[in-house]
Amino acid sequence: MLELRGVVFRYQDMEMRFDLDVAAGECVAVIGPSGAGKSTLLALVAGFEKPAAGRILVAGRDVTSDPPAARPVTSLFQEHNLFAHLTAAENVGLGIDPGLRLDLAGRAKVGEALAHVGLSGFEGRLPGQLSGGERQRVALARSLVRNRPLLLLDEPFAALGPAQRREMLDLVNALARDRGFTVLFVSHQPDDARHAAGRTVFVQDGRVACDGPTAQLFAPPLPKALAEYLG
Amino acid sequence: MPGIAVALALLAIVGGSLAALIATVPPDLGAILADRYLHHVLLFTSLQAGLSSLLSVGIALPVARALARRGRFPGRSLLLRLFALPMVMPAIVAVFAIVAVYGHGGWLGWLADGLGFDMGGFLYGLTGILIGHVFFNMPFAARALLAALEAVPGESWRLAAQLGMSSGQVFRLIEWPALKGALAGVAGLVFMLCFASFAVTLTLGGGPAWASLEAAIYEALRYDFDLGRAAVLALMQLAISGGLLLALHRVLQPAPVSPGLGRAIERPDVVGRGRAAGDAALLVLAALYVGLPVLAVILSGLAGALGRVLGSGDTWLAAGIGIAIAAGATLLAVLGALALIAGGQRWRRWGAFQFAGSLPLAASPLALGAGLFVLLTRLGGSLDDGLFLVALVNGFMGLPYVLRVVAPAAREVGERHDRLCASLGIAGWRRWRLIDLPLLRRPIGLAAGLVAALSIGDLGAIALFGTPRTATLPLLIYQQLAAYRLDQAAATSLLLIGLAFACFAAVERLLGGPARG
Repeated sequence: MLELRGVVFRYQDMEMRFDLDVAAGECVAVIGPSGAGKSTLLALVAGFEKPAAGRILVAGRDVTSDPPAARPVTSLFQEHNLFAHLTAAENVGLGIDPGLRLDLAGRAKVGEALAHVGLSGFEGRLPGQLSGGERQRVALARSLVRNRPLLLLDEPFAALGPAQRREMLDLVNALARDRGFTVLFVSHQPDDARHAAGRTVFVQDGRVACDGPTAQLFAPPLPKALAEYLG
Repeated sequence: MPGIAVALALLAIVGGSLAALIATVPPDLGAILADRYLHHVLLFTSLQAGLSSLLSVGIALPVARALARRGRFPGRSLLLRLFALPMVMPAIVAVFAIVAVYGHGGWLGWLADGLGFDMGGFLYGLTGILIGHVFFNMPFAARALLAALEAVPGESWRLAAQLGMSSGQVFRLIEWPALKGALAGVAGLVFMLCFASFAVTLTLGGGPAWASLEAAIYEALRYDFDLGRAAVLALMQLAISGGLLLALHRVLQPAPVSPGLGRAIERPDVVGRGRAAGDAALLVLAALYVGLPVLAVILSGLAGALGRVLGSGDTWLAAGIGIAIAAGATLLAVLGALALIAGGQRWRRWGAFQFAGSLPLAASPLALGAGLFVLLTRLGGSLDDGLFLVALVNGFMGLPYVLRVVAPAAREVGERHDRLCASLGIAGWRRWRLIDLPLLRRPIGLAAGLVAALSIGDLGAIALFGTPRTATLPLLIYQQLAAYRLDQAAATSLLLIGLAFACFAAVERLLGGPARG
């Protein structure tokens, strides 16, 4: 589903290089210390940053020179996923038409998506009237109507408490299994990886340092770099 | 307590001026109010202020959008700094700059002649006023709107890119909501500035047909010696400005000394070469519009009658008088503002003292000056005594600036040290001497420098009270422009800019202390 081949990115005086293969339907956690390049990795896949070298393939197609809108990818950020002056329904509707010209079928899809994330009846609410968790759910609903096969989450639940975070990760997994999405999520909490991801990638100094099934990766003996990070 | 004294003094100045004006209103008020010329002036002032605001903001909007879209490009910070220039240029120098570019025999005329067509004398009149006002206000508005766009979270632009929003959708869903708030405040401020505009309307207006309210007050007093009509005009000006301030003060609220603009925005949503070319063309045009007059001042000044101007005793006398007035104005503005701040500290009623300090914004130099002029003549003074009134008016008008720069810093100092001072028993003058003044030195120095530079370059009250023996450099430039001695005007303008900058630097250094490493 996702291949990064020799992708090079230069940021200030650090050179990052990513080689990665993700199969369809996997749920991969991307963990690592601050400044390691986790967010950059996601930004490269989404097309917000351009690599200096290398190729990115999504669903078998080379998207390296494609703009973000042309890639079969949906991104979720830590915050500011919603436009504050638009209602929940309108924010979700942007996933169908960025000009918000929705017909009856479109509006029905929006309602369905909100129901799937447990927010039936919230169509008319403004982001300011929603809690942090509810806002991220609206963003998830938008990813449902967009229906792109690759979902990139950049610490979207960092502001939530531990129980709520696990709940949200469960929701993501359920939706992904239901639609056949492939999920890559960045987290600062190794527990999130343990709880929700079948596979974990440890990024350090702009490179993938460790990569493997989560249970195996966290089982002793830990690789040195990972042991240092986990403390 | 000095704070209350100053607040009362400010009210007294405004009140006294108002009272003098009201007392001077002639009994045939009805005839004056029905005067068609008065209607014309009122209408024209509103018209040009409205059109100026519309044009300035209307052009600033696409310019700000282009700047936000283009991200980092070579020359960006230079362009932004260029945009900060017109607001701090002495108004009369800017007028000269515009004449040098757009006037008869100016750069544009020379170009047109070379290309073989006749431009005619289009500069004087409404066109000239609009060109001048847009020169002053468009860059400032563009900076303010750019700041609003830079406050949009980066995620919004990323969403726009991923969702595939067109440029129109980006404007509707992201840019407009961000700009809406700032727009009202900026447009309101520009309108108020253009409504009370004097130097531009007096010079580029070219005559009574295109006179603004301020210019009409000037003409009524200096040319027609019609105190009664001047009083009516001044009262109208004060009433309208006061009304505008009341209506807009909530919207005008946060307008601090403009901080440096941040890093360029990451705009993954912007694609397309056509758009880039369009943006580049717009920015080049904007840069030329602001830059050419600035260049004209510098080049003409250097090529002008510099030697003659520098060798003339009148020039140095004018410079000296300007410095003396600026010194007085700076002293009054700084002491007044500090007293108000002290009052706010003492009585913990910042709002009231802030309001007193904002009163000058409701007045305008000519209207206020007219009232004081009347008072002066009633008390038997003559125009020669008027110079100290110029310092008074300039200090009065400069006070809100000092307040806006120093008050926030003073509140911070207060929050940090109030309790300690209270527990140690340090209060009153001793507190100011030991704690507040040393800590506030830098902002006070900066504000004082600004007032000094503004006063030196000001053509307002001095137009009212100046005589051939007691002119300042701005007045000299105005006279030179009126006599079409452009080469002298050029040289004097260059001198004035140099002097204004030197005053700013000297006062800032003197009061604010040496620059810290």
